[in-house]
Amino acid sequence: MLSTALYVAFGLVSAALLISFWRLLRGPSQPDRILALDTLYVNTVALLVLLGIHLRSNLYFEAALLIAMIGFVGTVALSKFITRGDIIE
Amino acid sequence: MLEIFLSLLILIGAGFTLVGSLGLLRLRDFYSRLHAPTKATTLGVGSLLIASAVFFSNQGDGLSLHEVLVTLFLFITAPVGAHLMAKAALHLRLQSLARPPTEDMLEGGDCSGPDASGSAMTDDSESDPAGK
Repeated sequence: MLSTALYVAFGLVSAALLISFWRLLRGPSQPDRILALDTLYVNTVALLVLLGIHLRSNLYFEAALLIAMIGFVGTVALSKFITRGDIIE
Repeated sequence: MLEIFLSLLILIGAGFTLVGSLGLLRLRDFYSRLHAPTKATTLGVGSLLIASAVFFSNQGDGLSLHEVLVTLFLFITAPVGAHLMAKAALHLRLQSLARPPTEDMLEGGDCSGPDASGSAMTDDSESDPAGK
């Protein structure tokens, strides 16, 4: 039962990743693309957590935490670049 | 019993993640698109992380608290990121589909007048707000 739910969840999160990627390619404005990238990062964290449950391994949390942190820094840097024209003033 | 609970949490989490991305795809305005991933997706990932914490706590290695770290980090950074993205969009002067309040509404102090609610919802053109 758990493995079936995991496979369904893999499908759903992968569909979410593809949709966010479509918005990243398509996005009419720059903030749309930043938002799509941020969503991609959060979806990747979800996928890594699912993979950790599936493989019954504790190793993937470090990767998920790192991706979450780097994603936040990337979002902040890109938004800052749009608002101020510079990242580190 | 535990397996049913875990499966339910995982399916709810994955569903909310998909709903967040669908909102990113379907909504017609950047300011409404900002809502979907920052709320629904964060909630979905939170549900998945709860499932993971319960799963690894029942593996026999004691309480698993890595997930709490990820959850805390995501729940703190999602509103901050959304705020910065909204500021960037305002800086670029992206058009919103909802009309801004007019001078009369601001001076009268009555923002919920009959003319405010009717006109904002009728603008159903399919054109991209940023393309103007």
